[in-house]
Amino acid sequence: MTATPNGPTVPPNGSTAAATGPATRAEICVTACADAWRGDGEILASPMGVVPTLGARLARAVFAPDLVLSDGLAYLLAGDIPLGAAPDALTVEGWLPYRAVLDLAARGRRHVMMGPSQIDAYGNANISCIGPWARPTRQLLGARGAPGNTVNHTTSYWVPRHAPRAFVERVDVVCGIGYDRAAAVGRAARFHGLRTVVTNLCVLDFGGPGHHLRLASLHPGVTLERVVAATGFRLTVPARVPTTRQPTDAELRVLRDVLDPRSARDREVPA
Amino acid sequence: MTDKRMTADEAIAHLADGMTVGIGGWGSRRKPMALVRAILRSPLTDLTLVSYGGPDVGLLCAAGKVRKVVYGFVTLDSVPLEPHFRAARENGTVKALEMDEGMFLAGLRAAALRLPFMPVRAGLGADVLRYAPELRVLPDPYGTGDEVVAVPPLRLDAALVHANLADPAGSAALTGPDQFFDDLFCQAADAAYVSAERVVPTADLLKEAGCVHALVLHRYLTHGVIEAPRGAHFTECPPEYGRDEPFQRAYATAAADPAAWAAFAERFLSHVDESSYQQAVDNFHEEATR
Repeated sequence: MTATPNGPTVPPNGSTAAATGPATRAEICVTACADAWRGDGEILASPMGVVPTLGARLARAVFAPDLVLSDGLAYLLAGDIPLGAAPDALTVEGWLPYRAVLDLAARGRRHVMMGPSQIDAYGNANISCIGPWARPTRQLLGARGAPGNTVNHTTSYWVPRHAPRAFVERVDVVCGIGYDRAAAVGRAARFHGLRTVVTNLCVLDFGGPGHHLRLASLHPGVTLERVVAATGFRLTVPARVPTTRQPTDAELRVLRDVLDPRSARDREVPA
Repeated sequence: MTDKRMTADEAIAHLADGMTVGIGGWGSRRKPMALVRAILRSPLTDLTLVSYGGPDVGLLCAAGKVRKVVYGFVTLDSVPLEPHFRAARENGTVKALEMDEGMFLAGLRAAALRLPFMPVRAGLGADVLRYAPELRVLPDPYGTGDEVVAVPPLRLDAALVHANLADPAGSAALTGPDQFFDDLFCQAADAAYVSAERVVPTADLLKEAGCVHALVLHRYLTHGVIEAPRGAHFTECPPEYGRDEPFQRAYATAAADPAAWAAFAERFLSHVDESSYQQAVDNFHEEATR
């Protein structure tokens, strides 16, 4: 059952057909993203992308009830938040326009999950452009809030297509700062912390030597060889690699029946 | 009180080549597009744009009006990448100062408060400093060993913003869910021009706005008031209207191909005034529903 005060309640165990059937890859990814916010307490969870958004909402619905969530725009919302729900159907608990988000980032009571175009073994992340900055071969978004996010508060990443072009030896532009850059900054970067990288294939963390990217778990059905081949640098791989956990029945029911009944998650991570 | 009402073309006639112009809104949201279109009609050139960028930046780059863009991002929101800005960067036709969004805010605040810089943690360790070697990192003068980026003021010769409501004296209301940074753009500028969906008598401003918290643009900040219904088109202007997604898609699609762009520009950007642009937009939608 969900513990949130204002959302729709979840039917009791076993009452829905939708909750039966094994978890899909997208659902494994959603729960892996949800786990990124486990233990964060009463902070703003800022997910970017469909799967991280569902992850943050799932985390609050099931095991992190104090998380603060927004509509991605200016409203903070209480209760369960179905993807694409009409604003009238939701309970607004606060106003957080962009200016307040930027100030909140500096204050640090926030954990963001961003989508990097490139990421390296120490967590440096690029969303600015590909090629030389002075005249890029492909202009992307720009630095956005990545420098401020990473130097100010916990940051995780979501990579929906784990491939060598995303996991690179050196990113072209450091927007989100990795552990090596944070170490070079020193004391002023003391709030830096990269927690998790979730991909369509696996979960990674920075538990390798000197905060080197480490394989934390393989999603069910994914081989170590496939992840190694899809990564453009040498990963730290522990002697025994666990399998990413399955969603609980309660998590599957909330996700399928309440948060994402139209399965938008499958469009971001095909089965 | 001075009546500051003027046309968009009269407002833009106050600007000069080479000026630094701040543009309010955010991405493809509540951009002063009627004023941007007036720049497109004008001979103005060599501008430095300071913007949380959207199609304002793209259109002005495509028209060759821009020397330099100061930005944290440039996006169409529902279309992630701005095609004309991309082309301008990839062709090397504009200079760029790329900042973190919080650095950008700090720069606006420094200018608004007439300070030489604003300290901010955002940017430390990141390449935004590497590509802007003029930016300085300062140690904490109180000796903790902390350090900050000293963001210089983003001083503006002029600011252009779009409001939901204004009065003839230049007080204006932003009634949507996010007021973005428009008040700071106005404070950071020597002169600010506010277009509005409707210009109402001062006596009606609060009642029409619905809440005093919406009245954030004050007449001591603004130098011109332009009535421009649907003046943020094709960006959104809640609660008046949402983004014109079909039109934005047509814009983004046309931008990818020179011949298609020439046709788009001929159809929508060659008008002598705003009302004939709006008529062309209406025709676009009528055709789509036929």
